[in-house]
Amino acid sequence: MNYLYFPGCTLYTKAKNFDQTARNCSLLLGFELIELPNWTCCGATFPLATDNLMALLPPARILARAKEQGEILTTLCAICFNVIKRTNHLLQRDGEKREKINEFMEMNYLGDLKVLHYLEILKQEIGFSTIKDKVKKPLNELQAAPYYGCMLLRPFEEMGFDDKERPTLFEEFLESLGAKPVDFPYKIECCGSFQSVGSPEVATECAYRILTSAMKQGAEVVVSTCPLCTFNLDQKQSDILKAHLDFKTIPVLYFTQLLGVAMGLDPRTLGFEQNAVDPIPLLKRKGLV
Amino acid sequence: MRRLGVFICHCGVNIAGTVDVKKVAEEIGKIEDVCHSIDYIYMCSEPGQQLIREAIQEKQLEGVVVACCSPSMHENTFRKAVKTAGMNPYLCEIANIREQCSWVHQKEKEEATRKAMEIIQATLEKVRRNEELEPLAMSINRNVLVIGGGIAGMTASLDLAQGGYEVFLVEKGPALGGHMAQLSKTFPDLSPAFPNLLAKALEIVSHPKIELFCCSELEEVKGYVGNFEIIIHKKATYVDWTRCNGCARCIEVCPVEYPSSFDRELGMRKAVDFLYPNCVPKRVKVTPTQCRYFQDRSCRKCEEVCPEKAIQFDQKDERIHRKVGAIVIATGFDLFPKERLGEYGYGEIPDVIDGLAFERMLSPDGPTRGKILRPSDGRVPKEMVFIQCVASRDPDRYMPYCSRICCMYTAKQAKMYKEQVPDGQPYVFYMDIRSDGKGYEEFLQKTIEENGVLYLRGRVSRVFQEDGKVKVWGVDTLTGKGIEIGADLVVLATAIIPSEGVKELAAKLRATVDKHGFLTEAHIKLYPVESSTKGIYLAGCGQSPKDITDTVSQASATAGKIQALLSTDKLFQDPLIAYVDETVCSGCGICVEICPYEAREMDYRRGISIVHVALCQGCGACIASCPNFACELRNSSSVQTLRMVDTFI
Repeated sequence: MNYLYFPGCTLYTKAKNFDQTARNCSLLLGFELIELPNWTCCGATFPLATDNLMALLPPARILARAKEQGEILTTLCAICFNVIKRTNHLLQRDGEKREKINEFMEMNYLGDLKVLHYLEILKQEIGFSTIKDKVKKPLNELQAAPYYGCMLLRPFEEMGFDDKERPTLFEEFLESLGAKPVDFPYKIECCGSFQSVGSPEVATECAYRILTSAMKQGAEVVVSTCPLCTFNLDQKQSDILKAHLDFKTIPVLYFTQLLGVAMGLDPRTLGFEQNAVDPIPLLKRKGLV
Repeated sequence: MRRLGVFICHCGVNIAGTVDVKKVAEEIGKIEDVCHSIDYIYMCSEPGQQLIREAIQEKQLEGVVVACCSPSMHENTFRKAVKTAGMNPYLCEIANIREQCSWVHQKEKEEATRKAMEIIQATLEKVRRNEELEPLAMSINRNVLVIGGGIAGMTASLDLAQGGYEVFLVEKGPALGGHMAQLSKTFPDLSPAFPNLLAKALEIVSHPKIELFCCSELEEVKGYVGNFEIIIHKKATYVDWTRCNGCARCIEVCPVEYPSSFDRELGMRKAVDFLYPNCVPKRVKVTPTQCRYFQDRSCRKCEEVCPEKAIQFDQKDERIHRKVGAIVIATGFDLFPKERLGEYGYGEIPDVIDGLAFERMLSPDGPTRGKILRPSDGRVPKEMVFIQCVASRDPDRYMPYCSRICCMYTAKQAKMYKEQVPDGQPYVFYMDIRSDGKGYEEFLQKTIEENGVLYLRGRVSRVFQEDGKVKVWGVDTLTGKGIEIGADLVVLATAIIPSEGVKELAAKLRATVDKHGFLTEAHIKLYPVESSTKGIYLAGCGQSPKDITDTVSQASATAGKIQALLSTDKLFQDPLIAYVDETVCSGCGICVEICPYEAREMDYRRGISIVHVALCQGCGACIASCPNFACELRNSSSVQTLRMVDTFI
């Protein structure tokens, strides 16, 4: 079975390695990501004001178009996922707003599409045991810290992704690849998000705390589900080095990059050149490349 | 045509301020069969009642309508008043023109006056056809069943037994004491919990009027107030308790050890063991799920060593029948389960424990002999964090209510910790402090000021293990700062919830529970120890979270109420119940299905459905469901009801 796929702007520009690795891995797992035709930006934030319906139009349009093509829509970017999933939840439950938006957009979408994150596709549709069987190069007990961030999990009532306080889905995924998930207290704490633009020192501090906490628990690599988290955790490490002399760098990978390694994809196709902290030495040491 | 009297109450200004009572009295007085219509400032007062009595005698009234407040307030008052004037009390009815008229129409005076007249006219329609009735008298059994052998059930049992009533005390576990047996000291006097409990427990087992059933549950109950028939399911202990002398030799030789739930998994127990050392009755019980004999017959060491030959691997469960007049539900509480708490590392981090586990640690006969030691490595904790309101007062995720005892027991525990570890530092995260009992606030202030317990107003966001410590992230909302504490031991004051199985038990007894599973009382203010079903009484935390002082008070109140109930010769019941027109009933049985009180039954010999007068509560469900109009409610017949409706439309 193939899945409708919403890449989002970031995966088309800054995070091509995220997009490409996911597409390649899918083929190896026996399905294809079919890109949604004529997709637009999701809006990038779910509006905080309850009457700001304009901000809901882009995700509503995406959902309506996807419904014409299929029953399940998947995304990789945690922020796109958050915006689209919450809009879908709202359109399902708030009849008044649904009517208003549909009238304005001249469409008739009822909120009946299933929105799944790529990790959810892997768990619910493919199954982690299947992935385990298909893994070519088990990750040799690589100590990997699953960093959820906040966008996948909160608000829990709308996202319904996993337990908001003690999620385990990401750990199960890493285990299926043969990695050893590292539990660390900052795995669901915020990465600083957009603060990296306005107050970069705030985001740097967040990244410092997250990364040192993961390393303290024995992590060799931090694995992320979100382009912005990855930017803050990976690209910011040069700033952390300036602020904290004791800091040691650690590679930060998209979960699809690690999936690619385990599925035996050519390391040259995994976009490691886009990573600020080079993961190749670690992967070599583990005998994975 | 009956001669009727109408008495209209002003209720001060409550009614008269809105309803034109003079006009109402005048207009109602014009009705043909109304021989007497007056208004008065307070009808319920002694002179007001005297007006009614005089009118009945002077004008030979044959029916009375009092237009006043709700019948649940003064129906009884006025029915008694007319009775002393020689009238059958069921010929007196209340027209509620306060709650259902003046209070809700304060701004529409004319409309309210019109409505008051209509309510009175409708009530007159009812009185015109009321029958003269007599209360139903029933015989009464003077024994009492008490369910639950904690401090609530023990107190109620002793009070009743000392009053001369026979008590059957049914306890689910193998010994008395409930949760109080797990406690170290009690607040605010810091007196040791166990010796106080032990004195009561010993009194119970030696009391000639109390029959104690341990390892037992109520299996079945039939009947009604004054006449319940019960079946007690006594589970096998695999030990003949008439022979066992509590010598404990079997425990010494038993090879199976497993975590003790009494010690909150901090200590171990054997497959044959006491519930706790010094338990009452001091008798051992074999736990078949752990015992090797029950798994593969491989061990009979306890049987071999027992000098009294008390071990009986083939013991069977028993069913015991008894008759009682009243039942007390004193089923107590549990703490909010680990499995349902995603936060605070509860259930994952060994050094995060709940308040009851810490009590076991503080108890001299507990798993650490009263020493405060970290479960993970047995070291003395130098920094301790107490978190209050865990799963309490959290309407979005857990329990919305306050568990009431946590503020005080946390203060007590922090104090006891500080006394044992003077160089240690206890921190308490709290939302508000609730110390409303006698001496509680003084106790708390002393803890804060003299013992150096640091109180931080705010919530905890995360608890995790790092560097051999339990890191606690929280916020102090008074300074607005985030706080990180590297604690050695964390104690959670988890929410109190009703103990397991209460819902099923309540259903058996036709008692009701609220949405959290706490037993509901008949009236929160006026009848706080009675359940909504007659003859079923409540005591302790099964009704709501409460401390030992309140539990004991409530248990004694329950015992007092039951003594009042059982001290009469006959029980009298309101006769306003269903009856069947035998010539009309077709015996279809729909009413039997529909009755919520099991008061309807088929009489197959006569082919009709009958009413058990003692069980019927007069709810009217059978009347509404009868396809042939064969059932009627005394003094609320279909004709009466339809006439009343006609008045309004």
